[in-house]
Amino acid sequence: MIHFENVGLRYGLGPEILRDITFDIPASSFQFLTGPSGAGKTTLLKLLFLSLKPTRGLIRMFDRDIAAIPREDLPMLRRRIGIVFQDFQLLDHLTTYENVSLPLRVRGKEEHTYRNDVIELLKWVGLGQRINVLPPVLSGGEKQRAAIARALMDRPEILLADEPTGNVDPPMARRLLGLFRELNRQGTAVLIATHDFALMDQVDARRMILSEGRLEIFS
Amino acid sequence: MSVAEKKPAQPQRKRPNDVQTRPHGPIVPSANVQGSALLAVIAIMSFLACLTLGGVSMVRATAASWQSQISREITIQIKPDDGLDMDKALNDARNIASSFVGVTSATIMDKQATSRLLEPWLGANLDIDELPVPRLVIVTIDESAPPDFAAMRDALSKKIPQASLDDHRTWVNRLVSMARTTVAIGTGVLILVFSAMVLTVIFATRGALSGNRHIVEVLHFVGAEASFVANEFQKHFLIISLKGSGAGSALAALFFMIASWWQSRSLATPASDQATALFGTFSVGWLGYVGIAMTMILIAGLTTLTARLTVMRTIYEIDQIRSDPARSDGLNT
Repeated sequence: MIHFENVGLRYGLGPEILRDITFDIPASSFQFLTGPSGAGKTTLLKLLFLSLKPTRGLIRMFDRDIAAIPREDLPMLRRRIGIVFQDFQLLDHLTTYENVSLPLRVRGKEEHTYRNDVIELLKWVGLGQRINVLPPVLSGGEKQRAAIARALMDRPEILLADEPTGNVDPPMARRLLGLFRELNRQGTAVLIATHDFALMDQVDARRMILSEGRLEIFS
Repeated sequence: MSVAEKKPAQPQRKRPNDVQTRPHGPIVPSANVQGSALLAVIAIMSFLACLTLGGVSMVRATAASWQSQISREITIQIKPDDGLDMDKALNDARNIASSFVGVTSATIMDKQATSRLLEPWLGANLDIDELPVPRLVIVTIDESAPPDFAAMRDALSKKIPQASLDDHRTWVNRLVSMARTTVAIGTGVLILVFSAMVLTVIFATRGALSGNRHIVEVLHFVGAEASFVANEFQKHFLIISLKGSGAGSALAALFFMIASWWQSRSLATPASDQATALFGTFSVGWLGYVGIAMTMILIAGLTTLTARLTVMRTIYEIDQIRSDPARSDGLNT
């Protein structure tokens, strides 16, 4: 589904942040991306989410070379990827329900066609009682789950999550991990960027470790 | 392999209960500090622009009226002379003037009127017969087809050598140049006010948009197409600009209506006469109101277009950052 080959990235004339990155993300797979702070995890996620282009190397996503994709096609490709930002990126003036339904709304769908699905999903992530609440009122864990629900709303083929348990206590982290595993069982590929070794120890999954811009993979 | 071909199954869920949700709010928040400030700026600028537009059209109308009034009349002046029968000369002058095509009437200014005319300088109860005072024949002409002034002048000087024809050209020319200067100054002020309005609206719109950049980014990253994002912001700013320019234009129209009403209510009072002498009548006419409406539409269109272009540029910048990692410090995600 996603193929990186000898990918390198540098900001301006600075040193390479990522060097010779080569890996595959198969469909329906589950993996962690880890490494020390500043190792390039967020940058690698940006490459995966098409918000950056590599300075060298080949990236193929959904059978397309991303270097050859015109910018008009990017929104369609992004719709196949769900992303959970580290800082959630929820819109404070929209309710939890409206934030989660945003991906469908921007696709021009009528509300009556997705209303029940959004409410079901919110209940599934444990936000059934927070449907009409604005994000500033939500706790960190609730915001995280709302961001996850938004990323899942349009059934992406791959879910990218940047430190999804960074703002929550261990029980909530376990609960969120359960959500990701359930999602993965349903067929969505999952990549979680995290520092949390305790979290990674709970799942027997592939670990992609970034260190000084280089990637090592432990199955 | 397309998305449609291989969609991961959704988790098993129960049917939702009848949960109440509010109607979808606008994606761009309808009220925030930047929006209110922009609304106020647009209202003030459209008020000023409409006021200037109305003022210039008023000055133009007043100048045209001066010019028309003074060029509608010409005067034959007969100077007294030894042996000249003034009454006969006045009658001859009136007859000569009336014989020309383009003259609508010719009236001899009688002694009482002449006396009144000289009253400010020579005092009341003046006996015209005792003084060598020139007499006048007022000739009204058709402005659109005026008579041949040179031929009239020749005919008059042949029959009455003491007669001279004043076609008011000097005054008309001076008034025309004064009116033109006034209108040119007014137009200059109008251009300056409109330019200031355009720039203020553009910068205020961009300022208001910069506070919403995170919304553009979130929409972009949840897969919204550029045109969708631009349309959402365009709708939002169209509403703000219509409210602002509507309020400003309505206030300006109200100002002219009240001023015109006040002027008509206080006719012949010193205050009203002074105002009329300075500014003409405070009536902008239907064309003035059309101008005010057009100004409102222009401002609304301008704001909406600026919003659209700014959003498209923001999205373009996000994509540029994607192509140029050196600029990624500008990206929030």
